[in-house]
Amino acid sequence: MTPSWQHRLHPCVHPIWTLAWMVMVAWPLTALAHTKGGEALGFSSGVQHPMSGLDHVLAMIAVGVWGAQLGAPAVWLLPVTFPMVMAFGGMLALLGVPLPGIEIGIAVSALALGCMVCREARPPLWMATALVGFFAIFHGHAHGTELPAGANGLLYSVGFVLGTGGLHAVGIAIGLLHRWRAGQLALRVAGATVAVAGGVFLWRAVL
Amino acid sequence: MRSRRWWQLWLVVPALLAVGTPVQAHLMNTGFGPFYDGLTHPFVTPEDLLPVVAVTLLAGLRGAQCGRWVLFVLPWAWLSGMMVGLVIIPPGSASWLTCGLTIALGALVAADQKLPLPMVVGLAMVLGLAHGWMNSAGLAQAQSGALSMVGIISALFGIVALLAGPVVALHAAWARVVVRVAGSWITAIGLLMLGWTVRAANG
Repeated sequence: MTPSWQHRLHPCVHPIWTLAWMVMVAWPLTALAHTKGGEALGFSSGVQHPMSGLDHVLAMIAVGVWGAQLGAPAVWLLPVTFPMVMAFGGMLALLGVPLPGIEIGIAVSALALGCMVCREARPPLWMATALVGFFAIFHGHAHGTELPAGANGLLYSVGFVLGTGGLHAVGIAIGLLHRWRAGQLALRVAGATVAVAGGVFLWRAVL
Repeated sequence: MRSRRWWQLWLVVPALLAVGTPVQAHLMNTGFGPFYDGLTHPFVTPEDLLPVVAVTLLAGLRGAQCGRWVLFVLPWAWLSGMMVGLVIIPPGSASWLTCGLTIALGALVAADQKLPLPMVVGLAMVLGLAHGWMNSAGLAQAQSGALSMVGIISALFGIVALLAGPVVALHAAWARVVVRVAGSWITAIGLLMLGWTVRAANG
């Protein structure tokens, strides 16, 4: 049997590696000349914004992990609910509608979602969705209030939603550990850690 | 022997890529061409691209027949809208309409709503006519004509063909869920767009 042409090559010069090398060399860096209306700023700051605070990050990852623990359809319904309701909260902030106790709401979201993950709570689907949606309003409102001046609104929004979805995806990926017994324990410990962090955030918000 | 050739490629390709060529900044003025301006327009205009992606996903979820209809109806309606705009000049920006269509189409994808074929085609027609009409204002400002229009509808045809085809072929439940998640994200972006629009209107 004649070996295929790939097998005759040195491993270091496999076509895939050559292609990867070509792509890497040709990959453009960010060009900042004549950035029209702050588009680059809008998209990049939108992606970074959900990751700018530990309270947001922990809550969003916890949503993904909890969804993975609950299984289908919650595994996709919760991460779909959160960005949509969060965007609604962001819209309220942009409209100038005030929302009291935002920081407390965000801290309680980390605390509550961490507890849910720690206990592997299995409420009815509508209740889990409503809980996640309720907390998403606080996160969205906080982000909407903190929008940077001069950023391109639409590209910021695109980046913001993609960044949030990415954090949920990270949570779901972590939640895949739930297949193994040791993983289930690790997730519960992680949930307890998020809940403790939420308690600290709540302490700071109240004080 | 073959191995040596790959080594040569390994060294020559980066060298070729590193060779400096004249930089053509401001391509609009140096002949990038109205056709290519039109071709790139949907990709650099998210407010046009998002509802197009949403209606394409919706058509793809509804099956091959729906996808084929939208493939031809959307570019045709867009072209018609642009031609109408050459006669009846659109009244400035219509961000409200864009936001509404983006939110509605994204929500329909997220809900995997089983709409009848005429309704999906009708939505594609409304989207094409409305956005084509709004695009005509930009075409008039840029003084680019028929070639720009051909570029835009070529891009739309390509987007629908390349996106609807794979979605039609999706049968695994998880893959359809991915499409629905994309729809929910489009709705979320539309909601934020609406907030920005109101904020801009209020100064």
